[in-house]
Amino acid sequence: MAVFFLVPTLVVAFGAFMGPQGLTTSNIRALAQPQIVSSLLHSVILAGVTAVIGAVFGSLLSYAVATSRRDGLVRRVFTTLCGVLAQFGGVALAFAFVATVGAQGLLTIWLQRMGMNISDSQWVYEWDKGLVVVYLYFQIPLMVLVFLPAIEGLRPEWREATQTLGGGSWRYWRHVAGPVLTPPFIGALLLLFANAFSAYATVAVLISQASPVLTLNIAGAMSSEVVLGQANVAKAMALAMVVVVALVMTLQALVERRTSKWLAS
Amino acid sequence: MAGLVSTRDGRGRASLRRRRPRGGAVFRLVTFAIAGLFFGLPLVAMAEFTTRNGRGGRTLETWATLTNFSKMNESYPDLKNGIVVSLGLAAVAVSIMLVLLLPTMTWVRLRLPRLGKTVQFLCLLPLSIPAIVLVVGLVPVYAWVTYFLGESTIWLCFAYVVLILPFAYRALDAGLSAIDVKTLSEAARSLGASWFMVFRAIVVPNMGTAMLSAAFLSVALVLGEFTVANLLSRNNLQVAIFMVGKSNASMSIAAALSSLIFAFGVLFVMSFVGNGPMTRKRL
Repeated sequence: MAVFFLVPTLVVAFGAFMGPQGLTTSNIRALAQPQIVSSLLHSVILAGVTAVIGAVFGSLLSYAVATSRRDGLVRRVFTTLCGVLAQFGGVALAFAFVATVGAQGLLTIWLQRMGMNISDSQWVYEWDKGLVVVYLYFQIPLMVLVFLPAIEGLRPEWREATQTLGGGSWRYWRHVAGPVLTPPFIGALLLLFANAFSAYATVAVLISQASPVLTLNIAGAMSSEVVLGQANVAKAMALAMVVVVALVMTLQALVERRTSKWLAS
Repeated sequence: MAGLVSTRDGRGRASLRRRRPRGGAVFRLVTFAIAGLFFGLPLVAMAEFTTRNGRGGRTLETWATLTNFSKMNESYPDLKNGIVVSLGLAAVAVSIMLVLLLPTMTWVRLRLPRLGKTVQFLCLLPLSIPAIVLVVGLVPVYAWVTYFLGESTIWLCFAYVVLILPFAYRALDAGLSAIDVKTLSEAARSLGASWFMVFRAIVVPNMGTAMLSAAFLSVALVLGEFTVANLLSRNNLQVAIFMVGKSNASMSIAAALSSLIFAFGVLFVMSFVGNGPMTRKRL
């Protein structure tokens, strides 16, 4: 298995510094191209925005799931649906999105009948509008999957203890549940960021012309047969991506340590 | 509203009996309704889209083609091939994963507990490497694979084993932690069983649930994989759906919807097998 995992990692790490004539930093310098810089920026913003929105709504939803009946059907259906959307989605999600709000989509037609026109502009295919919405379709479910165990780790005794000491709902959330849930919330947020940052399938199906995000740029450079040496620029971009993800995951690991203090299970 | 206010006043006995917050039922109902609408609408839209006949009416033609294997073979050979290849890949990748991972994890747990942390780190590492980065590095590796083994899509199974490793590891690890392997194996050893016998007669029968959930999760992941296959120019189910989408939107949306429903079915069954790692996953 090492061949299929360690070798690719090494290829990326070293390939980023390889040119036609041995070692070079030109691939790294190529990262400064405006197109690449802007796509990196778009990726970071997109991942950040969808991580925050996804984390907020995902935690609300996971609280609703956590308070529902343990073996109830609603809970089973919802957690399964979240699993499917978060990990399986990809291509299917892009098609679902087109079928809903594309030019011929169901919602588009409904709104048209009511006199609203949402198909005029190409908002669906723009990175800061349509992509945010479609990313939420896998970000919110992932948040539910990751955050649910933390919420379930809240012991009923803590609420009872608060009440015994005369505290109400507000005090419980402000002084007990809030502080306990903050580290796992931040950890999940970081995970969501890494997830959106490295997402490829959905956006690849949705957008075929431009390369507004970094993953598309990498794919483009990789399969480019026009310009020689682009393959190594792809490796440099991949390396930049690993650096960002590694940074986020390290932070996440640090937060995780803090989480396990109270919610070890 | 009056009911809400009165329960809020009724502290004491009532609030001790139930751990849920007051007004929880309303909050839950509203949240589920909104979430159901948000996530349900696209699925309904997909079903609606695939039954249009182009003249404002309804037809089931797309679904008739999709469910008729020979007809699909005729009109969408790539889609049919993609389905066959993806199912094959799922079977092969899951087999390799189980054969490789289960003995290793058992062995490490029994004989080399010091290596436990290392194995865990290695198994979970692919989680933090984006698939697209893996692909960039896999290109030269697959150049060699093509050279030695040919360019059949089935060889993607090696890359897929790496992708499913973290998820399979978690499921199997939960299973191994649930049984006391050490005591059981010592008992078997003292009765004269070989290590192979311990594995075959003690570990495997006890790990049924964990193996099943690892396999289910892996199958769902492999069937949904797009990035690696697409960028290495191989055809699998998701790539085929993508390609069909360029010529026939209705067909591709029908195929996408069926693949979602299939994955939902697999994971839903899994949620009944044991407790399912989906809801208790820790990252």
